[in-house]
Amino acid sequence: MKTDISAPVKRDDVADKLAGLTCYIGDMRNEDMLYAKTLRSKEARAKIASIEYPVMPEGYFIVGKNDIPGRNRVKLLLEDWPFFAEDVVNYIGEPIALIVGSDKAVIQELIAATKVIYQKLEPILSIDDSGLLPIYGETNSFADYSFGKGDIDKVKRIAKYIYEGTYETGYQEQFYLEPQGVIAEFKEGKATIYGSLQCPYYIKNAVIDCLGISSDRVRIVQATTGGAFGGKEDYPSLLAGQAACAALKANKPVCLLLERNEDIECTTKRHPSRIRLTSYVDEGFKLIGLEADIVIDAGAYAGLSGVVLQRAMFAAAGVYNVENLRVHGKAIATNKVVSGAFRGFGSPQAFFAIEMHMEHAAKEMGVDPMEFKLQNVVKKWDKSTTGGIFRDKNLLPEMVQRVTEMSGFAEKKQTSKKPRNDNKRRGIGLSMFLHGCGFTGNGERDHIKAHVKLAKNSRDEVEILISNVEMGQGINTTMKKIAANALEIPIERVIFINPDTDRVPDSGPTVASRTIVVVGRLVYEAAIELKEKWQVGAVQEAECSYQYPEGYEWDNDSLSGDAYTNYSWGVNAVEVELDTLTFESKIIGVWAVFDIGKSIDDRIVKGQIDGGIVQGLGYASMEVMENQQGRFKQRSSTDYIIPTAMDIPIIQSELMCQPYSGGPFGAKGLGELTLVGSPIAYALAIEDAIDAGINSIPVRPELLMEVMADDKKY
Amino acid sequence: MIKNIKLQLNHQEIELYVHPLKRLLDVLREDCGLLGSKEGCGEGECGACSVFVDGELVNSCLFPVGKAENKQVLTIEGFRDTVRYDVLRESFEEAGAVQCGFCSPGMMMAAEGLLRRHPHPAEQQIREGISGNLCRCTGYNMIIDAVMLASKRGDGLW
Ligand code: FES
Ligand code: FES
Repeated sequence: MKTDISAPVKRDDVADKLAGLTCYIGDMRNEDMLYAKTLRSKEARAKIASIEYPVMPEGYFIVGKNDIPGRNRVKLLLEDWPFFAEDVVNYIGEPIALIVGSDKAVIQELIAATKVIYQKLEPILSIDDSGLLPIYGETNSFADYSFGKGDIDKVKRIAKYIYEGTYETGYQEQFYLEPQGVIAEFKEGKATIYGSLQCPYYIKNAVIDCLGISSDRVRIVQATTGGAFGGKEDYPSLLAGQAACAALKANKPVCLLLERNEDIECTTKRHPSRIRLTSYVDEGFKLIGLEADIVIDAGAYAGLSGVVLQRAMFAAAGVYNVENLRVHGKAIATNKVVSGAFRGFGSPQAFFAIEMHMEHAAKEMGVDPMEFKLQNVVKKWDKSTTGGIFRDKNLLPEMVQRVTEMSGFAEKKQTSKKPRNDNKRRGIGLSMFLHGCGFTGNGERDHIKAHVKLAKNSRDEVEILISNVEMGQGINTTMKKIAANALEIPIERVIFINPDTDRVPDSGPTVASRTIVVVGRLVYEAAIELKEKWQVGAVQEAECSYQYPEGYEWDNDSLSGDAYTNYSWGVNAVEVELDTLTFESKIIGVWAVFDIGKSIDDRIVKGQIDGGIVQGLGYASMEVMENQQGRFKQRSSTDYIIPTAMDIPIIQSELMCQPYSGGPFGAKGLGELTLVGSPIAYALAIEDAIDAGINSIPVRPELLMEVMADDKKY
Repeated sequence: MIKNIKLQLNHQEIELYVHPLKRLLDVLREDCGLLGSKEGCGEGECGACSVFVDGELVNSCLFPVGKAENKQVLTIEGFRDTVRYDVLRESFEEAGAVQCGFCSPGMMMAAEGLLRRHPHPAEQQIREGISGNLCRCTGYNMIIDAVMLASKRGDGLW
């Protein structure tokens, strides 16, 4: 029915979730199912000289590289990541083989009794290690890109102020509450994989390659997924291939579930980064040039690092208009866990760098940071870093205005300066950011080519057939709303079932804040078509394929043009209170305004906002993950700390929306945007409290001690 | 050292033939087929496995079944048949307190435990009351709203 699309509706997945009735992958039971556990590398880098397995009892199997009928490579961007290590291992935790059988305790004993004889090699443990045998290619980088515009050399000559800074960000673990897992079975020559996952067709393609069989013999079914945040974009392809080989060998269904600590130690994380920025500013405080050098720590295999790097590079100038620009980026191979996708995908790293940089540059020049930033913010028709065009009105100045009002920013800025007679200090910080929605560059046009289908049955119910998954973000509700609204039928007559690749077309992966803006739009268009040809009681279908919008351009060789077709925007403020004796800080308040084009469901939107902001606050404060000699120091749920309800204040958020004509009802992307700004606002708040510059996150008490002892303030 | 253990599970007397050190969570999920309690960490950090033993909220992943001998165990499967559950469910639905849902059964048990102690909790008491339960999706505030709503709506029930 035509209703207000933003008005919240009941989510029909919630009752079962609360009651414990929802079936996640770990809840699936099958009579003769076997379990698998992974034999993992204990060395960061070594040749495998030999493996001595104990005698396998009846019904127990070893599944390793020789049991892969197809190619021992996980199909992603580059072809370097093996399902099972071949002759060398490249990180601690790398899978060498599975041991499969009916009793988990017996499997554990068999793994413990297995001896892997290693010949150690000198590992590359940091992005600065040089002179060691490269892990990948000759230069040891998975990706090395440059682009620019304007005339940076000229700007260097005429700039009145030149400011340089280096910014670092750490690992972040997704910590979806449900650990990763898949179940594979083989029946009549066909492999079916059930799993907790984001991208059914990525997995399908990976399993086709792994087994070396035709596409019609591989089927992927999503099990209700207990959170993902990017962490179930790449890694499930690896698990699915492994489990499929095991099911083939054992001729029984095989369940491969990770334990929490195994998941923390061995699956992908957010890339650590080091970003060096040099800005050139003229006498009128206009930002006339920027140079950025971005290095991300990719870990042992390429995974998705090339595209993470691109997103980081395209975000190098933040929300600022810079006509002269040079950006260089590298994804460096190290003998550590593979870095991968995590909400924001390179963007949180780049935005942290540029926002801190702009703040520090302003302070150095003696001007008000907020004025300096607002003066340089991009406007409609300005060009993006890659020379694309911002086609819609940008509401940032109004959004900043609103957040400063909501938070009492000016007043709090003043009080934070006043001396207090206890050992507490307060500080407040504000960040401005954007997020390009949908795949970067030519992804949607040339690689994904999304396709959606609506199927109407004789009872006039309409099923949405797409490969995007519900993973908590609410798409089984928002997609149904979009279809129901366009079809003008009650939402109860729209059906959404977890995708099964035998039933749904490839509408692409559930990533990149693309589900609503790209796939939702296609669902909308298919619904309009179906409505036009609607015949009561008839079985009917409508389909729709992605069309690259007219007037946009992208050149992938020169990395120029419209890197994205639409942008969402955000402004966040965070207030903290810092104890100057213990250097512990407490978050006092969070205020946020977002422009997401149009809210498809206010309650779901608020859930995304709160959740993303809290993940961002964790990233900037308590979520510490350090790697020592190739091993994580924080490798259990006891050591890797994420926020609890005690760490978070009320979050006040509002929307201020500039609709995007290419999205359904004007909607743009939302999911990732919400994580980008809070880490920065948090770091700036700490900076305000201590009156000294923060150049890296997470901001730990030890870091603060160092910063405050240092004379050079910014 | 497998032995017979008697306990009350969701108000029914049962007798198990298990190792007393087996984790209560595994007994519930494997031996009793009750899949509502989830394993998010297995280390007592996340609360997804929360159940009541003699009225006390425990992490069943750290609780050996032997310790539950002759005690009353209440899981989400038993709790979901109550009026208080219904009030909490409605409130969680309305407040938008559920996303992926993996934390949700445990969160419901924590909310019940909290409301038993404080039928009219202040915000800070709710934060403390659910601080043993991790949720990575919601950022907690909508869960706090839900508990607040339940305490109003279910006035007199706790
Ligand atoms: S599974 Fe028991 S506390 Fe996490
Ligand atoms: S709803 Fe996903 S962890 Fe709480």
